[in-house]
Amino acid sequence: MEPGEIHALLGENGAGKSTLMNVLYGLLQPDEGEILVDGRPLRVRGPGDAIAAGIGMVHQHFMLVPVFTVAENVMLGAEQVRGGILGLLDRRRARRRVVEVSSRYNLQVDPDAVVEDLPVGVQQRVEIVKALTRDVELLILDEPTAVLTPQETEELLAVMRALREAGKSIVFITHKLKEVKAIADRITVIRRGRVVGTARPDASEDELAALMVGRTVSLLVDKAPARPGAAVLEIEGLVVDDDRTCRAVDGVDLTVRAGEVLGIAGVQGNGQTELVEALMGLRPIVSGTVRLAGERIDGWPTRRVLRAGVGYVPEDRSVDGLVKEFSVAENLVLDMYDQPPFGNGLVLRPDAIVASARQRIPEFDIRTPSAEAAVGTLSGGNQQKVIIAREMSRPLKLFVAAQPTRGVDVGSIEFIHRRIVRERDAGTAVLLVSSELDEVIGLADRIAVMYRGRILGIVDPQTPREEIGLLMAGVTGAESGSGETAATRPTESGTAPSAGTTTVDESGNEESR
Amino acid sequence: MSTVTVDDVAVAVRPGFWTRERRVGAGAVLLGVVAAALFGSLATGADARFTFSEDAGGASVAVNGTLGAVLFGLVAAAAGAALLAGLRARWFIPLLGVAVVGVVLSFLCWQVSAAPAGQNFMPLVNIVRGTFILALPLIFGALAGVLCERSGVVNVAIEGQLLMGAFCGALVGTMTANAWVGLVAAALGGALISLLLAVFTIRYLVDQVVMGIVLNLFALGLTGFLYERLMQPEAARYNQPPRFEAWPIPLLSDLPLLGPALFSGNIFLYLALVLVVVIHVALFRTRWGLRTRSVGEHPTAADTLGVKVLALRYRNVLLAGMVAGVGGASYTLALYTFTKNMIGGKGFIALAALIFGRWSPTGALLAALFFGFADQLATYLSAINSNIPSEFLAMLPYLATLLAVAGLVGKVRAPAADGKPYVKG
Amino acid sequence: MTDVNAPGAPAPRSNPDREHTEAEHTDRAGVAGDDAPEPAAARASGDTPTPADQDGTATLLRLFVRNLWSANTVTVTVLAVVLALVIGAVLIIVSDPDVLATFGYFAARPSDALTSSWAVVSDAYANLFKGAVVDPAAVRAWADGTGGWQPVFAPISETLTYTTPLVFTGLAVSLAFRGGLFNIGAQGQATIGVILAALAGFLLPLPPVVHLVVALLAGALGGAIWGFVPGFLKARTGAHEVISTIMLNYVAVYFLTWIIVQDGVHAPDRTDAISRSVDGSAQLPRLLGSDLRVHLGIVLAVAATWAVSWLLDRSTFGFELRAVGANPDAARTAGISVGRTYVLVMVVAGALAGLGGSNMVLGSTASALTPLVVAQIGFDGILVALLGRVKPWGVALAALLFGALQAGGNRMQSYASVSLELVTVLQALIVIFIAAPALVKAIFGLRAARAARLQTSMAKGW
Repeated sequence: MEPGEIHALLGENGAGKSTLMNVLYGLLQPDEGEILVDGRPLRVRGPGDAIAAGIGMVHQHFMLVPVFTVAENVMLGAEQVRGGILGLLDRRRARRRVVEVSSRYNLQVDPDAVVEDLPVGVQQRVEIVKALTRDVELLILDEPTAVLTPQETEELLAVMRALREAGKSIVFITHKLKEVKAIADRITVIRRGRVVGTARPDASEDELAALMVGRTVSLLVDKAPARPGAAVLEIEGLVVDDDRTCRAVDGVDLTVRAGEVLGIAGVQGNGQTELVEALMGLRPIVSGTVRLAGERIDGWPTRRVLRAGVGYVPEDRSVDGLVKEFSVAENLVLDMYDQPPFGNGLVLRPDAIVASARQRIPEFDIRTPSAEAAVGTLSGGNQQKVIIAREMSRPLKLFVAAQPTRGVDVGSIEFIHRRIVRERDAGTAVLLVSSELDEVIGLADRIAVMYRGRILGIVDPQTPREEIGLLMAGVTGAESGSGETAATRPTESGTAPSAGTTTVDESGNEESR
Repeated sequence: MSTVTVDDVAVAVRPGFWTRERRVGAGAVLLGVVAAALFGSLATGADARFTFSEDAGGASVAVNGTLGAVLFGLVAAAAGAALLAGLRARWFIPLLGVAVVGVVLSFLCWQVSAAPAGQNFMPLVNIVRGTFILALPLIFGALAGVLCERSGVVNVAIEGQLLMGAFCGALVGTMTANAWVGLVAAALGGALISLLLAVFTIRYLVDQVVMGIVLNLFALGLTGFLYERLMQPEAARYNQPPRFEAWPIPLLSDLPLLGPALFSGNIFLYLALVLVVVIHVALFRTRWGLRTRSVGEHPTAADTLGVKVLALRYRNVLLAGMVAGVGGASYTLALYTFTKNMIGGKGFIALAALIFGRWSPTGALLAALFFGFADQLATYLSAINSNIPSEFLAMLPYLATLLAVAGLVGKVRAPAADGKPYVKG
Repeated sequence: MTDVNAPGAPAPRSNPDREHTEAEHTDRAGVAGDDAPEPAAARASGDTPTPADQDGTATLLRLFVRNLWSANTVTVTVLAVVLALVIGAVLIIVSDPDVLATFGYFAARPSDALTSSWAVVSDAYANLFKGAVVDPAAVRAWADGTGGWQPVFAPISETLTYTTPLVFTGLAVSLAFRGGLFNIGAQGQATIGVILAALAGFLLPLPPVVHLVVALLAGALGGAIWGFVPGFLKARTGAHEVISTIMLNYVAVYFLTWIIVQDGVHAPDRTDAISRSVDGSAQLPRLLGSDLRVHLGIVLAVAATWAVSWLLDRSTFGFELRAVGANPDAARTAGISVGRTYVLVMVVAGALAGLGGSNMVLGSTASALTPLVVAQIGFDGILVALLGRVKPWGVALAALLFGALQAGGNRMQSYASVSLELVTVLQALIVIFIAAPALVKAIFGLRAARAARLQTSMAKGW
């Protein structure tokens, strides 16, 4: 690393980028090898050593104490104290330091705000301020843009440039090629834990992608044009709250027809999760109606929704999708265990459960040592295939897939995409939610872009990416609102349930920074 | 996996008319009206006298029983009505306090006035002093809980720490015939249980609740065993602990009511009150406190900033054991000789006080005093031959805590990482 | 890439070879770390408490159960018992003033100290064995015709008598554990159970067999009610069952002390706190004649073990229970009603504990309510459940061990004058050791590999 350089570390999910940086920051201990600073080996036994060596890190999962104020978070570990051994906190000085650092780098934060009340983008600023108050010379940013809108990302890049001007070095970990090209001075590509190459930012995206992935992967799925039939899922005026009783879905109208894939694109955290959970009866609906093949299903318990012919792939398979301690066979009947032939509501039929699993394991290409193996021992892709197999084993009217290929290997992705298309061709309506724009473009027949709980527009998959990207950032039509943070909710001005294409006036609530 | 907020008792309240404040308010109105009607009709026309002394003499306040019962019941109902009307959130606690005090006073007016003739007075000095004495082990125990749980280690072993402290205080105090040495031994005894808790939960990752329960049984068995083997046969050698006598504080002890009740106590009373203040200040105003809270809320974040998570947890758990040990000694080095299972569930009431006081030292103090008061009231009522069974008053702390965790009284939020072992990486 | 240079210093080109090896091994470690799926990141940073986050303790409970199972059960258990007995021996020695006196001149005559220590310890443990399993003297007497067969089986009978209630409470704790709930309330559930069973036992005039069945059902009902409350609170408001069950334990105790002295319940001819006696028609019949205390309860206990085992493995409710216990979020997503399952689990667990309580007053240990009638069976049930690795038949075996310790402890107390409390210490120590298999193995110098695995499994969960 050179001083005043932005060095991008590029690699796919699971390539080992974060691990490498955690070692550097002292959170993990290396099995072998060493780290050199100024040509001398540095032993980082813990984050304390790293901080002392001038290394700061902004973690992918923010390392902020939610119930503390910004100032408390910033001073933690490097507290200004008075009163000698009593160690009384000097809050005033801490607050001043926050203001000083944040104004120097144009990172506006309120030192007295409680972190858990702040939007994600601001929390990230707090993280950066926290690192800067420790006089870091090397700042590691681990996937900083994953939770930001394109506009917030732009601002972050501006901050990074400012830091570079100030002579700080930055390691920028990401898997997004555009950002790398926009800002990096030097690029190192990592694949499966090895450095596979270095590049200058003027390398083409194709070149970088090839380096990163190892072989050219086409996310485009072979599929015939859709032949949409009757409306299967009709959502009208749906309003849903999140866990903190904030509006998460704010008047959504959507229709999915038999034999088509409707993709929902959007930055993570814009209400997609809540929308899907509300459909499935996992989350209470504040208002609005949901119809499945003409029948109202809002307010139904999950089991009834599932058994009415809805297949559901939850976005977080290890939390919501599978019981890891259970065998593959048991997981394959997790929603049907009390139905014949697996059970009769009272008694379970273990042999029938295993027999059915033996049949489905080859059918869905699940690589497992046996039907009795615990699902937790399988790879991510095979775990996901267990869910797909389970959900596609019932007669379906609607298939809801949230992030169906997240953290899944390339081979399994292709398999899962093929199954989804096959399901569509069999006449099932498919609702696909993904934060990977490429996946949505490749798979969907129509794309609905979701932003802050609303559908901002429904577009054709042929639409240029940039246009969809603007929609994802909440920009509609000719207006270009910028400088908005993800979680400042629009004031009541524009909250009338808006149909898909309503233009939302964003210029009115531009946040001053 | 980091910012996990354990919000076990968050009730899914839809922001509508029936907010938590309103529901509590409606409850208070109902309770107040019932109190006014029921206690008012049961009370006799006799005066209920509250004397500022230890007996019937001295200055006093007298209220007509019926009038008082009705009046205070209506005060409680009024406080509830104010909540129902939708006052701001910051009025919630004061109004709730008024409602509770109103109902309690209404109840007392009935009881005191209905007592046999000649006994219808309540000696407030006795009541206040008794409340503090009964609350003492609860205060120490709850403070031990605060120290542990604020740094992310659930302390169900308070009972065992108190018991061990009481035992070691009695044993060593008797053998050395020195109350101060006994006090140190009590602290070390409590710390011993803490050490086991810390090593097994932090080093060996045993579930903290499981370990706490098992340690309580261990302490119960160990002290019971040694009591029967040593103390019972040779009480003079092993179980006649020296006592800390009362130390009236000059001037302050001459104050009316509070003087004899509060400032004529023994070292444990003063120590408890000082500890509440010290721990409160330390927790919220010092570097140690900031780090402790960060370790209890988000240990990974603390670790990334160079805070030594495990060392801090060890230290705080040991400190907690010492505090609880001293609390146990407040029995054996001031009041009684040691007996088997002498803590008798006070450790669990202390746990209740900790939760009821929302993991804060001052909250824990108030909750402990409330529970101590319920306890003292039971003694008083049985002394005036009340028809209220003392068992039901004894249930009060537990029922109150049950309501609190069920989210009916207020939102209780434990430190986010409470109960979770910290493993690096 | 792995070189970090302080700014201002010339940056040496990194050596590609070293880069290579470093990156290679970080990959291994990286599998767990970087593979962590993005949703977690998004959730955490979004800071929205998700259903997953709401129940951190349940996650830990799951891990704890898994760790209990993955330890080499038999070895660790045996070693834990041995360790506990060794520590118990030390306690016996240090608490005996006479023996301690011999240590005063240990340097001069070590044999004195050692022989007296051995004498007191062996006397205690021999009586423990004789009281729990068999007394050789009784066997000899029976063999040469001087004694009857009863004394030979008396220890076993005693052991089984003490085992019976522990099986029920152990199952009550285990079942809840498997459903993801830590039921500390078995004590309270047993208390309410014993009250209702006793009330039914002396208030209802019923014919023999019917009376017993009704009394048992009343006990089960009492426990079920006391289990329903925390289950319902957990399902509806999220109130943590550990706290609510602790509180309910004490409410139950005070209720018991209150009800004993009420008119119609209190024994008319007594002044102390004791209730009327249960009618003979409601008592569990003794199995081996009136001299031996073992009663029908042990048969019911075995039946209950089988029933719980069937319930867990062969019933749809068991499937729901295990799914909810292992991953409530996935269970909910698959259409299982988590709240309903929690309530049902606690009701069934409470009923089991209530049956255990019923045994205390319908069996042969007591026939009337006293403040201490339930003893510690609820808390002991927690230890039994842990020792039995929360599996039904394991629980039955663990209860047998604890029952034997109790029965033997009684004899140890009266013959060797070693307090019965030692048994409580032994029980607690055994469980402490089995809960930390890594420690046991370290003490005995066994492979420490487990410790490492234990840590990783915990780490992932966290």
